[in-house]
Amino acid sequence: MSPLIEARALDVSLAGNRILTGIDLVIQPGERVGLLGANGSGKSTLVKALLGLIPATAGQVRVCGREPGRQLPWGELAYVPQTSPAGSGVPTSALDVVRAGLLTGWGPWPPRGAKARALAALAQAGLKDQARTPMSRLSGGQRHRVLLARALVREPRLVVMDEPLAGVDAASADQLVAALADRADLTALVVLHDPGPFERYLGRGIVLSHGQVVADGPLGEVLPTDHHHHHEPPRPAHSHAPALEVHP
Amino acid sequence: MSAYLDYWLEMLADPLVQRALTVAVIVGAAAPVVGTYLVQRRLALLGDGIGHVALTGVALGWLIGTGMGLAPGALAVPGAVVAAVVGAVVIELVRTSGRTSGDLALALMFYGGIAGGAALIKVAGGTSATLVAYLFGSLSTLSAADVVTSVALAAVILAVGLAGRWALFAAALDEDFAKASGVPTGFWNVVSATLAALTVTVAMRVVGLLLVSALMIVPVAVTQLWARSFWRTMAAAAALGAVTGAAGLVASYWYDLPPGATIVVLAIVLYAVAAIGRPLLERVRVSRQ
Repeated sequence: MSPLIEARALDVSLAGNRILTGIDLVIQPGERVGLLGANGSGKSTLVKALLGLIPATAGQVRVCGREPGRQLPWGELAYVPQTSPAGSGVPTSALDVVRAGLLTGWGPWPPRGAKARALAALAQAGLKDQARTPMSRLSGGQRHRVLLARALVREPRLVVMDEPLAGVDAASADQLVAALADRADLTALVVLHDPGPFERYLGRGIVLSHGQVVADGPLGEVLPTDHHHHHEPPRPAHSHAPALEVHP
Repeated sequence: MSAYLDYWLEMLADPLVQRALTVAVIVGAAAPVVGTYLVQRRLALLGDGIGHVALTGVALGWLIGTGMGLAPGALAVPGAVVAAVVGAVVIELVRTSGRTSGDLALALMFYGGIAGGAALIKVAGGTSATLVAYLFGSLSTLSAADVVTSVALAAVILAVGLAGRWALFAAALDEDFAKASGVPTGFWNVVSATLAALTVTVAMRVVGLLLVSALMIVPVAVTQLWARSFWRTMAAAAALGAVTGAAGLVASYWYDLPPGATIVVLAIVLYAVAAIGRPLLERVRVSRQ
């Protein structure tokens, strides 16, 4: 099977600043990969470049075997952003938000049975009773689970999540991981500052530092050995910290 | 009591009132549908910017109409439609290219539109007074042809705004997520800007270009105070827009007030009442749970 995500010598610059340099990355179907690194290491930019939200300055990106663009099989991948403006303007119920997740490509209408599928996705995310609640009245953790439901409602093969734990309480984080783990075949790329409850879900870790991949391997090997005590993100390999000495 | 009834019947029998009511109700219902998308996109002032540009279009229409030897003002509305659509699409492109911030682009439209209109209308042989009907509305002087044009435009706005509602909603709700789903957000943003432009030109007759955005935005501002879903906000705003359109018109007939301003003042009074009443409604909701 061809890889679901493939980046070759990817460079990204934003407003003249080089953010990512020479990123090589291959994610095979079924892999669950954590994208780790300190703030400002380029994790979110990498994810956005992979999804085609930010143009690559150089190099190649292929998602689901195709270059980003109109011909991508949009129903096969889904994105969970770190934050969403959903619900911050006009009142929008959780059901409204999740139903919008069934809209892909140029088709102007969601498929038949969209409402039932959206309700099922919300129930799976533990939000059965909140379907008709406006987003503005949900907690941070609940809102994040709505965003996860919006991604999973289309039953993608690949999900890309940006900092799913930001502002999420421990109970919600566990529910989030459980909802993901329910889908055995799902390939996942998860941007994380600190793996936390995702540690048991993820199999592989890729560490970014200053816009470059500095470690790539089984999650346990790329994490600094003392991270359980400090809950600090993996440090860049060339810093003075002795914690991380793994190179690809 | 019967004198009261006679008064109503007399009013409703007046063809001018019938035309004004028809247009006020259908435009009142169509405008908030577009307004809901604009409020979600945080472009509540876009309608105002388009309205100002439409004034230049009105003057340009006069100029071309006079040049072609047509009746004065025959091309005013077509001119407004063209200028409004072009203005709306340009501001959308400027906004997405990111060279000028959205509010700066709007500011430029405000000034350029009014100044261009005032200068061109002189060239076209009119006076500033010619523009007043467009600035403040002319609901009480609609011809039968005006009604047909307004109803047709409003029907197009409603048809596109409702048929494209899922994509317009998705693009307005969360642009990054929609893009990452392959939804052509640029296309749908241009569609919603074009709908806003058409709404401005059709609402120009009802409340005038200076108040045109109020018909799109104020009903949404009222219903978003208590609605719990996007579609309920939209549906309730459309209903409210139609009711305030009719009620404002009737009130202006009774008290001899300018109809456009009366409709807008009524909608804003409703907003004040809803904003004050909301905490009370909350208490009722909480005590029921």
